[in-house]
Amino acid sequence: MTTIAQAIRLALHVGEERHGVTDIFGEDVGAPLGGVFTCTQGLKTAWNSPLDERGIIGTAIGLALAGQKPVAEIQFSDYAYNTIDLLKLAGAMHWSSAGDWNCPLIVMTPTGAGIRGSLYHSHSFDATATHLPGWRVVIPSNPRDAYGLMLSAIREPNPVLFMVPKALMRYRGEEGEDIPGAPDQKTLDELINKPVTGDMSQWAARWPETPDLFIPFGEARTVREGRDVTVVTYSRHVVIAREACAELAREGVDVELIDLRSLAPYDWAAIAKSVKKTHRVVFVNEELDVTNFGEHLIRRVVSELFYELYAPPRLVAGAMVPGVGLSDNLERASVPQRDDLVRAIRETAKHQP
Amino acid sequence: MTHNETDGTNAELPAELLVRMHELMVKGRVLEERLITMWRQGDGYFWIGGPGEEAFNVPLGMLVHKGQGVAYDYLHLHYRSSGTLLAMGADPVDSLRQMKNTARDPYSGGRNFVGHYSVRKWNVVPISSPIEVQFSMAPGTALAQKRHGGRGISIVQGGDAGTAEADFYAGLLWSSRKGAELPVLMIVTNNQWGISTAYDGQHPATTRIADMGKAFGMPTAVIDGNDPEVAYRELSKAMEYVRRERKPYLIEAMVSRLRGHSSATGAAFVKSETDCLALFEEKLAARGIITREGADAMRTSFTAELLEASKRVIAEPQPDSSTIWDHVYATKNLVGER
Ligand SMILES: Cc1ncc(C[n+]2csc(CCOP(=O)(O)OP(=O)(O)O)c2C)c(N)n1
Ligand SMILES: [Mg+2]
Repeated sequence: MTTIAQAIRLALHVGEERHGVTDIFGEDVGAPLGGVFTCTQGLKTAWNSPLDERGIIGTAIGLALAGQKPVAEIQFSDYAYNTIDLLKLAGAMHWSSAGDWNCPLIVMTPTGAGIRGSLYHSHSFDATATHLPGWRVVIPSNPRDAYGLMLSAIREPNPVLFMVPKALMRYRGEEGEDIPGAPDQKTLDELINKPVTGDMSQWAARWPETPDLFIPFGEARTVREGRDVTVVTYSRHVVIAREACAELAREGVDVELIDLRSLAPYDWAAIAKSVKKTHRVVFVNEELDVTNFGEHLIRRVVSELFYELYAPPRLVAGAMVPGVGLSDNLERASVPQRDDLVRAIRETAKHQP
Repeated sequence: MTHNETDGTNAELPAELLVRMHELMVKGRVLEERLITMWRQGDGYFWIGGPGEEAFNVPLGMLVHKGQGVAYDYLHLHYRSSGTLLAMGADPVDSLRQMKNTARDPYSGGRNFVGHYSVRKWNVVPISSPIEVQFSMAPGTALAQKRHGGRGISIVQGGDAGTAEADFYAGLLWSSRKGAELPVLMIVTNNQWGISTAYDGQHPATTRIADMGKAFGMPTAVIDGNDPEVAYRELSKAMEYVRRERKPYLIEAMVSRLRGHSSATGAAFVKSETDCLALFEEKLAARGIITREGADAMRTSFTAELLEASKRVIAEPQPDSSTIWDHVYATKNLVGER
């Protein structure tokens, strides 16, 4: 079983070998560390950049415009905010030039809470990311999707924001969520994990063969089928929602769980189909609940599926406070926990036509 | 001026080159005047451009190694670059189209302000309004060029006030990392103004903008950007260095802002500023390379030509409202084409 961090590493390796990736760079991305979450360990085009987020995004734009295929990392999405105008520019490059230029860069960034990261290692970026027209925005919740979405990102002619739930970096996924044909856990760890002790100056990854798996953008995945309530989420809340679903199943509430995987484009057809089936919907994510992407989805549900609904659509999201506080009590109160999901889904399930 | 000052007296450029330079400067000036008139007459919402910078921007355009892809120069310019584009061979009528935001505006399809060029076939990266962002992008194209080998360089240009932005330092640093120096020609066109804010009081008293390059270990020059012979020679020298050494170079060119910041400040002629075109014409006439009458006749004829062209452009259709949805996403990798 592969971790999400390993899956990204493997996808980037395949990207370097077979799909033209030229530069994987950012703060601590190259040797010796290979990224603060080890996502870029052992990769031949990985290099350490100056500690300058604007320079990282600017240089990635320049590389992309010159026909290279850069993957730039912002070490934590909290630090992407000071690059916002550059992200806007990358998204505008094709449109502003009336189709003359395109800007195929990938920005990879760990996002969200769940690791007790306090104020500035816990921010989400999805509300801002989905306000960047011209960008593809993806956020996997398991190793297979991380691998397949990264490979699609590498082939994409538009800028792609590839967010990674930092709480799931070492998550190995459930049945069916691994890279097809990946070596077993022990073997893979030996092949591509750089040991943390000893003289590692000569260490090199030994890459296993992994397939070309391209998961298309804009295709949600139904994680669990159900008839009573639809839950639409993404990122680490897929894992949390799965636990909530199991608990509710014991109470007789049958939840359909959808992992969006991609926020731009997003799979409206999958949402609509499920809402028409269950007639009840809860949107879940950990962004601030004001001007939240889930609010947009609720607006669409209300405008387009109003007469299908048995219950008011709900949003379970983060508290509109300046940061995620460090104490366990503070973090739990700031971003949705399993019990918050259980309560919201249970309440929604009670509504009858 | 203190550092690396060049007065141009030792410049000996061939007469044909000077004549060509003069013609392009006249064209550039006439184009800007036509654009301002269009704005005054309501045929465009906003004007911004480069009258007063022709003596620098024209030589720059003439010296560009023009083409598509990493073997050629990349240009990361700003909104005063009409002289450079004309010298590279751009059709001035296309600028009229962008002024009038017609459907046939080739640079933005009626989406952007005049002077916001985009020409992929010549590596002219889309010019955008945000100040200084081009300085953090130029190292990217330069890195691709360094990797490719050859003599292509990345040229990045902005104003003096904009150098206060962090992106200017990003450009300096990312171009000059030890062992990873990049072929970037950095240019600051210093007109001593940022809209209404004077240069004095915003920058250190004892140093020039160009001096900042010294802290990053790159050669620098402060030049008289009002003299096209100086500009041509200094740019040639700097470009040769960047092309050969694959390392950065910073030029601060002192220029004039002849029509104020933009239409927002009225675009009236500013008599107190040096007019580089008038100076150059006097000089060339004194040397017997052009005549006053000849220069006037050329100007009259360009003016008439562009007036006629503007009448045609004004009648061109505006972009259809439905086109807002065009080109939000690319369907193929245009920049990956070889
Ligand atoms: C990031 C940003 N801030 C503010 C502005 C508004 N603005 C446009 S031009 C300008 C002054 C720029 O001065 P300078 O860099 O000296 O260039 P000049 O116009 O004098 O050539 C300002 C403040 C902008 N376009 N972008
Ligand atoms: Mg200025």
